[in-house]
Amino acid sequence: MLKFENVTKRYPEAGDVLRSISFHLRHGELAFLTGHSGAGKSTLLKLIAGIERCNRGVILLDGENLSAAKENQLPFLRRKMGFIYQDYKLLQDRTVFDNVALPLVIAGYGHQEITRRVRASLDKVGLSGKEKKFPMALSGGEQQRVGIARAVVNKPPIIIADEPTGNLDPELAAEIMRLFESFQQVGVTVLIASHDISLITKMNHRVLKLDHGQLVAD
Amino acid sequence: MKPKYRRHQTREVKQPRYTRDAKQDIKRTAAAGGSLRDKLKAYRDLHAHALFSSLGRLVSSPFNTIMTVVVLSIAISLAGGFYLVLKNLQQFTGNLETSAQISLFLKDEITEAHAKQLAENIRQNPAIQSVKLITKEQALAEFKTYSGFGSAISVLKTNPLPIVVQVLPRDTLENKEGFEELLQTFQQSVEVDSAQFDLKWVQRLQSIMAVSQRGAALLNLMLGVAVIFIAGNTIRLELNNRREEVIIAKLVGATSAFIQRPFLYTGFWIGFLSGVTSWFTVTMMMLILMQPVEHLSTLYGGNFHLLFFGFLDTLELLAISSGLGVLGSWAVLMHQLRLTKVM
Repeated sequence: MLKFENVTKRYPEAGDVLRSISFHLRHGELAFLTGHSGAGKSTLLKLIAGIERCNRGVILLDGENLSAAKENQLPFLRRKMGFIYQDYKLLQDRTVFDNVALPLVIAGYGHQEITRRVRASLDKVGLSGKEKKFPMALSGGEQQRVGIARAVVNKPPIIIADEPTGNLDPELAAEIMRLFESFQQVGVTVLIASHDISLITKMNHRVLKLDHGQLVAD
Repeated sequence: MKPKYRRHQTREVKQPRYTRDAKQDIKRTAAAGGSLRDKLKAYRDLHAHALFSSLGRLVSSPFNTIMTVVVLSIAISLAGGFYLVLKNLQQFTGNLETSAQISLFLKDEITEAHAKQLAENIRQNPAIQSVKLITKEQALAEFKTYSGFGSAISVLKTNPLPIVVQVLPRDTLENKEGFEELLQTFQQSVEVDSAQFDLKWVQRLQSIMAVSQRGAALLNLMLGVAVIFIAGNTIRLELNNRREEVIIAKLVGATSAFIQRPFLYTGFWIGFLSGVTSWFTVTMMMLILMQPVEHLSTLYGGNFHLLFFGFLDTLELLAISSGLGVLGSWAVLMHQLRLTKVM
């Protein structure tokens, strides 16, 4: 599903941030990406999102060469991934419904289809009935679940989460993690960047550990 | 630095096998979203939504909108005003062309009957459009009425005014040589004391008009550039305010066209609203000027009427101002969106 082959990312001012990274995330697999801050976790996620380009190596997403995609192809590749962020990245001046609907509006879905899918997605994360609320009116855990609903509404084959539980207390964090496991069970590939070691060890999944830009444990 | 790394990459890695797959797959991803009819409807909805939501945004921050629209409409009003002034003056020179006539002041010893005969002879000339004879008495009566020296004139025992034959040649301005020739024949004829004409004056006025037209065109060009920049700056601020939204939309797979659409519509609305405002501004100014101008016109006995924006002028004004608004925002979007890093 997601394959890194000898990927190197170098910033002119910081040197090699990622050095010869290789791993293969199979279809329907759930994995954690961990490491101290500055180990290159966010850079690796930026490479997947196509925000940054790697200097060497190949990144394959579902057989497509992400690292060689042209700028105008990137939007269509991003539609195959669901991103979840630590700070939720919700639009504060839009309702929950509009926030979740955004990927579908962008992909050009019709009105009825959008309503149906947004409802289903909100239902899945346990937020049905809150679609007319604004993000500010929700708790942190609920806002994160809106973010998750938005990430899965387009039914992407892969979900990538960047510190999704960073701002949540342990109980809510465990709940969010269970949600990710439920996505994995229906065949979605999940990659979660996190440094919450206790939570990760408890969950017993594959762990990719980065240290100073190198993959030290898999 | 970047290009150097790119070269490294392409040299060291073999890729073509994937690129073709990727292209097909992208097509499939792009084609998601239901039937063609559903998608067309969705596309139309997107445009309608962008059109109205951008107007809604402008209305929801009235202070900023009014500031921009006022500045823009001053620039557009100036341009529109120049246009109308020239249009009105053109009407004026149009009237003058017909007045490029030659006045023949006949010698004192010429009798009225002789003058009539002369006028008749001139009328036979195919180069002449019309001939009008003004007798001594007619001239005196006219002089009394218009000069304001009426009582002074009546003191005089004899009528000092000569008989005048007013000759209006055809195509005065197109055929200058013919006109000069005609003038010379009149000057040399025995009955004529002097022949006067006011063509030089008309020519001068026409060249003044040509100069002002070109000047106005240059000024309007500059004002148009100003409109583009003002609209562009407004869009730049709007883009800054909505940076977060742009970034999020990009992250969930928005194309540049999707991101640009609402801003282009904002540019359209700003231009359009400014066009409407300047139409009203200029029309108001013309209404204020109308009464004195018509009065001035009657004093000169002319049939000069103030011209306002016509239907086509109005369409043109609105199209140009909206177009400049869109152009300004497009230029800024091209520049700024390239700079907007996603994270």
